Amino acid sequence: MWKSITGRITLIVVLAAVSIVILVPSLTDRVPAGWKDRVPKINLGLDLQGGVFLRLAVDLEKAIENTSMRYADDARAVCREKSLPVLALQKAGEGGFSLRFPPGDFASRAQVTLKEEFPSLEVSLGEVKPDGATVIARMKPAEIQAIRTNAVVQGVETIRNRIDQFGVREPQIVAEGDDRIVVQLPGVKDQQRAIELVGKTALLEFKLVDDGASVDEALKGNVPEEDQLLYQRSVDPQSGRVTKTPMVVKKRPLLTGDTIKTAKVNFGNQAGGAHVSLSFDTRGAKIFDRVTAENVKRRLAIVLDDTIYSAPVIQERISGGEAQITGNFTPEEASDLAIVLRAGSLPAPVKVIQNVSIGPSLGLDSIQKGVRATLIGAVLVVAFMGFYYRFAGMVADFALVFNMLFLLSGMAAFSATLTLPGIAGIILAIGMAVDSNVLIFERIREEIRSKKSVRAAIDAGYDKAFFTVVDSHVTTLITALILFQFGTGPIKGFAVSLSMGVAINLFTALVCTRVVFDYLNAKKPMKALSI
Amino acid sequence: MIELVKNTKIDFMGLKKYAFGFSALLLLLGLVGTVQIYRGKANLGIDLAGGTSIQLKFQKPFSMTEIRSLLAKAGHGEAALQQVSGENILMLKLGASGAQEEKMVAEPVVELLRKSLPGNPFAVESVSEIGPAIGHKLRQDAALALLVSALAIIIYLAWRFEFKFGVAAAIATFHDVFAIVGIFWALGIEMDLLFITALLTIGGYSLTDTVVVFDRIRENIRLRKKGSFSETINFSVNEVLSRTIITSLTTFLATVSLLVFGGSVLRDFALALTMGIVVGTYSSIFVASPVIALWRGEKMIEVKR
Repeated sequence: MWKSITGRITLIVVLAAVSIVILVPSLTDRVPAGWKDRVPKINLGLDLQGGVFLRLAVDLEKAIENTSMRYADDARAVCREKSLPVLALQKAGEGGFSLRFPPGDFASRAQVTLKEEFPSLEVSLGEVKPDGATVIARMKPAEIQAIRTNAVVQGVETIRNRIDQFGVREPQIVAEGDDRIVVQLPGVKDQQRAIELVGKTALLEFKLVDDGASVDEALKGNVPEEDQLLYQRSVDPQSGRVTKTPMVVKKRPLLTGDTIKTAKVNFGNQAGGAHVSLSFDTRGAKIFDRVTAENVKRRLAIVLDDTIYSAPVIQERISGGEAQITGNFTPEEASDLAIVLRAGSLPAPVKVIQNVSIGPSLGLDSIQKGVRATLIGAVLVVAFMGFYYRFAGMVADFALVFNMLFLLSGMAAFSATLTLPGIAGIILAIGMAVDSNVLIFERIREEIRSKKSVRAAIDAGYDKAFFTVVDSHVTTLITALILFQFGTGPIKGFAVSLSMGVAINLFTALVCTRVVFDYLNAKKPMKALSI
Repeated sequence: MIELVKNTKIDFMGLKKYAFGFSALLLLLGLVGTVQIYRGKANLGIDLAGGTSIQLKFQKPFSMTEIRSLLAKAGHGEAALQQVSGENILMLKLGASGAQEEKMVAEPVVELLRKSLPGNPFAVESVSEIGPAIGHKLRQDAALALLVSALAIIIYLAWRFEFKFGVAAAIATFHDVFAIVGIFWALGIEMDLLFITALLTIGGYSLTDTVVVFDRIRENIRLRKKGSFSETINFSVNEVLSRTIITSLTTFLATVSLLVFGGSVLRDFALALTMGIVVGTYSSIFVASPVIALWRGEKMIEVKR
């Protein structure tokens, strides 16, 4: 090690000063803003400050199917224009669909037409049977891949948008792997609401009600090919009871939520509570104008995530580009609905596959107990060392103080996250920190017993114990690093505090204590050592 | 100079048949526990098995039977309820029913209780829901972490000492990990990700003592050059006995304060660590060294490095 005592003392003092400068803003708020803002801080994990951790699985298959079905609808429309009668439309494998045509050259003509109209599709002729032939169209692999990527990237963006409007400090929304999104919302109080806000697909569609189709038949499973069976949700204002009424609507939406410009909460004069008013952008307004003009006296269902909220009769053409969603919402529900409509729908549905919500009170309780356990543990260890090794033990205690200072400021410097297991890691690090000194002191005792001078004993003790100390720490360090690699959230916090504590300990136990003995010896060789 | 243990001359190697018997018992317990975990018959935390756990803090004392029957009526008869005495806290665990796909049940259950118990409002302290897919992944990660750390440790010790020392240390470490798994299983304590973390930490820490003993054995082989290997081991263990015990003691003090004062969330974690330190100290004396003696034979061959 470094020979110059002054040099080593200077190093320790400088490190300590820097550590204090870094650490203080993490411990107290009563520091000048200029100081506070320039210094990284220790973050509190969700388990300590409360909040929500969500892991979402993005339904990529659904995203691909949605796109391919949109292509299918367009393809059918094109065929119709060219007088090519489509007998049936079916899903065909991932990102593909098949169209069945009557016998004749319809299928081959359709193949040529679709190839021209849809350059992004691979179109091939399927099997030819006496009763007709099929054309199979499939999205190109590159496009399927693009949809996959986009579903996750766009999903992250949309969720971030919603959370920003909901108002959460320092949310973390990141993609994980190919089809996962991890959302962390520290400090959120209304947790269930936040979860719903994040997880809602929020696909808004306007669909015509098919008054010609029989609901009874549909309930038996005989839904006309271009229709689907959906349920209307209605809330009784008095009892709050939710009823669901089946309704047959056209599959193909006339207009979707991506044309919404703004969405606002309004409180109407009817007893039904809050509702959400929408205004469309120019394109949406134009479509809405045309759709309402074409379908006067018919019913238009307003569908959100496959649930019908209302199905009013179109009384007249609506040109202003405005619409309303009513449904006896509570003010919170309406406000959240407005947020998701403004932020846009998720490109693919998501499913919550992991949800950890911690209330703020539990976190506070955990911090208090954790800090108390740390202090008591530290006092026990310090007292034991002082009692057992006397003066040398106090030197080790002094090094322990530096160990803690460097550990905490190191965590602040890396903006590490302190979790409840992280606090446990600190306690464990305190217990292990003095181990190195125990090994060294025991060695020094041995050397003193073999009648060496105090100074020689100290030197020999440090030198001979050095590799033992390093070896015994490295194994702990290895497991801590592996924990860091494999662990999530709270456990990562444990790995961080433990591994940093152990690494820093090598410095404090070997250098900080040694310099004390060397300093005392430099003035006048020690005759006896209280150890 | 205060000395806890002074000039001991214990014949540790002579005690090895008792130690091996005792360790065999621990290992057997651990093996049964591991098999039961594998078969899904152990008390696994929801982060490993999947499922839902909810912690509620009520304002007034509540009746467990009432809540149990409420849940049973809603189809959650299998729910495990636990009461934190004196604090009006209810911990509720719903298993991941295998057939059910990723479906979250916490919210309906909380709503049900809120509506059914209007006279006793509660705060939701924590909710944790883990779908089967994530549970599966976390379980795999945990197994992988245990495996990788065992390998890393063997490699490190093989490099610092020699291969046989590395394997012996790894055997002692596995012994400790198995022992804690067995004890936890026998006591029916819930095993979750924190428990796995504790196991890994125990693995790392129990090596600290083993390394101290090995270091001294290596040194004494070089210095003594006489007597048998078993004698050298005995001599070495006695020499370092006080530091083995004291290093464990200081860490023990820390984990015990965590166990007693750290609160309910960390209690089992601290318990595992505390037991791990005790077993780890035992194994570095009674397992690691005898295994080396059995393997290397009685000849005093110098350890490389």
